[in-house]
Amino acid sequence: MPAGLFRALLTVAGAVAAIVLAIGISSVAIVAVGASPADAFAAFLNFGATEKAVSTSIADMLNRAVTLFIAGLAVAIGFRMNLFNIGVEGQYRIAAICAAFVGSTFVAPAPIQITVIIIVAAAAGGLYALIPAVMKVTRGVNEVISTIMLNYIAINLAAFLVRGPFAGERAEGQLTTSTPVLPESAWFPNVNALLEMFGLPAPRGDGLWGFLIVAILLGVGIWLVLERTRFGFEVKASGLNAPAALASGVDPKRMVISAMVLSGAVAGLIGLPEILGDEHAFGSNFTPGLGFLGIAVALLGRNKPAGIAVAALLFGFLDRAQGPLQFADVPPSVITIMQGTIVLLVVIANEITSRIALRREERRAAQALGRNTPVEVAA
Amino acid sequence: MNAETVAAVPPAVQLEGITKRFPGVVANHDVSLTVDAGTVHAIVGENGAGKSTLMKILYGMQKPDEGTIRVNGEEVAFRTPSDAIAVGIGMVHQHFMLADNFTVLENIVLGAEPGTAGVLDKAGARRRINELAERHGLRVDPDRLVEDLGVGDRQRVEILKVLYRGARILILDEPTAVLVPQEVDELFDNLRELKAGGLTVIFISHKLDEVLSIADAITVIRRGTTVAGVDPAGTTARQLAELMVGNELPTPETRESTVTDTVMLKVSGLTLEAQGGRRLLDEVSFEIRKGEIVGIAGVEGNGQSELIEAIMGIRQARGGLTLGAEDISAWPTLRRREAGIGYIPEDRHRQGLLLEASLWENRVLGHQTRPPARRGFWINRRVSRADTQRIVEAYDVRTPGVDTLALALSGGNQQKLIVGREMSGEPKVLIAAHPTRGVDVGAQAAIWEHLRNARAAGLAVLLISADLDELIGLSDTLYVIYRGRLAARLDPSGVTPERLGGYMTGAITGTEEA
Repeated sequence: MPAGLFRALLTVAGAVAAIVLAIGISSVAIVAVGASPADAFAAFLNFGATEKAVSTSIADMLNRAVTLFIAGLAVAIGFRMNLFNIGVEGQYRIAAICAAFVGSTFVAPAPIQITVIIIVAAAAGGLYALIPAVMKVTRGVNEVISTIMLNYIAINLAAFLVRGPFAGERAEGQLTTSTPVLPESAWFPNVNALLEMFGLPAPRGDGLWGFLIVAILLGVGIWLVLERTRFGFEVKASGLNAPAALASGVDPKRMVISAMVLSGAVAGLIGLPEILGDEHAFGSNFTPGLGFLGIAVALLGRNKPAGIAVAALLFGFLDRAQGPLQFADVPPSVITIMQGTIVLLVVIANEITSRIALRREERRAAQALGRNTPVEVAA
Repeated sequence: MNAETVAAVPPAVQLEGITKRFPGVVANHDVSLTVDAGTVHAIVGENGAGKSTLMKILYGMQKPDEGTIRVNGEEVAFRTPSDAIAVGIGMVHQHFMLADNFTVLENIVLGAEPGTAGVLDKAGARRRINELAERHGLRVDPDRLVEDLGVGDRQRVEILKVLYRGARILILDEPTAVLVPQEVDELFDNLRELKAGGLTVIFISHKLDEVLSIADAITVIRRGTTVAGVDPAGTTARQLAELMVGNELPTPETRESTVTDTVMLKVSGLTLEAQGGRRLLDEVSFEIRKGEIVGIAGVEGNGQSELIEAIMGIRQARGGLTLGAEDISAWPTLRRREAGIGYIPEDRHRQGLLLEASLWENRVLGHQTRPPARRGFWINRRVSRADTQRIVEAYDVRTPGVDTLALALSGGNQQKLIVGREMSGEPKVLIAAHPTRGVDVGAQAAIWEHLRNARAAGLAVLLISADLDELIGLSDTLYVIYRGRLAARLDPSGVTPERLGGYMTGAITGTEEA
């Protein structure tokens, strides 16, 4: 078996073992709060009684997964070169409000309108990530600290902008403020047709966000960049061994700037599925916390797009059960416990499986060497 | 040491039949060693001969697969260094393990703090340190910050650290590698004091003149096993060298000269200053012509690392650098590599490899902007794999395949991969730092052969090595670097390792030819 395939299979086996173990640990937590694990797991699998309800549940899960997937990608780009962009949270909020506001200021044909909004979002996220990148290469400021600080600034700045300069008209009796509503040409069409292909009726509400398609293309694109291009190779080399990358002609400053900006640009897109597909504005009740969840998703997915997709789907699956869990009298915080234990256990499983893989390769290398051992002890 | 005292006390350390295997390599094989109490016992051997592994076993950092260890006559089995410390064995590592922002006193007590109820007894510690320093002639000021200390002082702090923990048997791993000659003399005075105080010192080195001047007994290790125990009184450096190297070793001799008149790399007035203005490189100038191997000899830490990193553009130095006809002094590393400078770094794990990446990805490293690795925007995986397979075959890299992770390979095979990679893409100049360090004899001969062939094909090589026979045997021109300056230019055909050693330590000055 080729070494690469063996490593991949081992990784999957480790992840499955970790998830099984996490279900076990979560059961203990569920019992401890006086609920029934059987009820809880039934709730996770309960997608609703009618076809319409099932369809809506699936759309909810996929919609959640789309945003988490993009968030995971953004974090993973930095992680691949040991650059800890904790600032995805702030970058996506700044980008979301800028894109929502700019998109509401003009009307153009839908493809142009949407493209402009996407570009504005990516640019805003990328520029906001440029700040910690420049601080790191010029003054050596640790990006973890600077991005965390910039998160606070971004969150409060977005809150200020949505109430002040970027605020739209507030409808009578509405408690929240938001940016002006986007023209209809910026409304991303849903892809309920995908569900219908599987014989499911259109879900309630806004349906399955069309941004799913963009996210898939983005995932493929990021995979190509990271795994197949020279830039991706330099990212990997910088992450695995910075002095060796330097000696091989990789400019570390350029790498920090470009990886950080790319990470921020992808982060800028996290809010768009919701804005373009559902809310059609950035409101004060805009979904928070996706950037932080993205860190967990990237860890779980081992910083690889395919892995991140699986992790995002898993998190989306768990998050969807908010409602059913409450109906089943199980505290929904069980979801957080499960997500936490899964991430922890997967990190442990990764460590174990990579050691197993290494030991196997060392043995195989030793066999190859064994053709005329022992060279070392000829004396 | 006379016969009566030897009979009266059991040996401080006695190793019997020690064998240690790593995947694919036997690092130690049937090692037997007896160290008498109250002596300085030297263990000599080439780089990669297995000295360090043996000392790690004795200090509890590695467990032997076979064999017994006796300390003061009693059999022991160490699981961790703490077990070794408990029976009075202390180790002074080659690379100091000190906290710079702590004082000498704080460093010494760190991990073994005296005191009651969590309160550090500084006065008690100071008393004890001063007393130890007094008794063994290790003068240090306990209140100075370690970051303000020189190398020799730091080493004394390391020695005090192990004495403070009650060590009666000290292992010093290549203690002179980082010292200048005066500091070496001071260290030897300290060691004599320690011996006079009844302590046992195990001294690891590959510098023969030093070993002969300080040791009471010498054990020679060659290719993982003890080959001889010799009495320094009746031995010359020459005999010791023969024991260390063995007779069946291939010699790194280059036959007829292939040197041409075309200057390939010209270094002029290269100067690099450390923070504080101390010159790491001081007006270094030399030329390498096509088909020439220029060797640089020197005690480690005299500017060799800085010189090669300056040539590669990893460090910015003042002065001129010309490759062929082009001034490359302002070029970044990437451009220098693309222009045809190959680089075999001195520490392959730090600068040469992505250990957690496959062999073919390591083949791409440093060549990511050039064919065959690159195809426009993309990395050409198929061709890179094929070319890695070519290197694996041509350079006899022992591996199950090109998808194997680099860290699964033994050091010699990793090095062969690096040599193969750096020889790819028709380099004009090769910077080879310790190309055969830690490499087994077979691989060593192969690497020498590749260097000779490349030289014959017109490559200009800068060779930096601690192996004097390698330097003398391969080089067409030999320079000695001493404190950042090229102190001498020698003709390798007329110089012995002993004379070269004299230049390297600054004992002989001046130059044989202008």
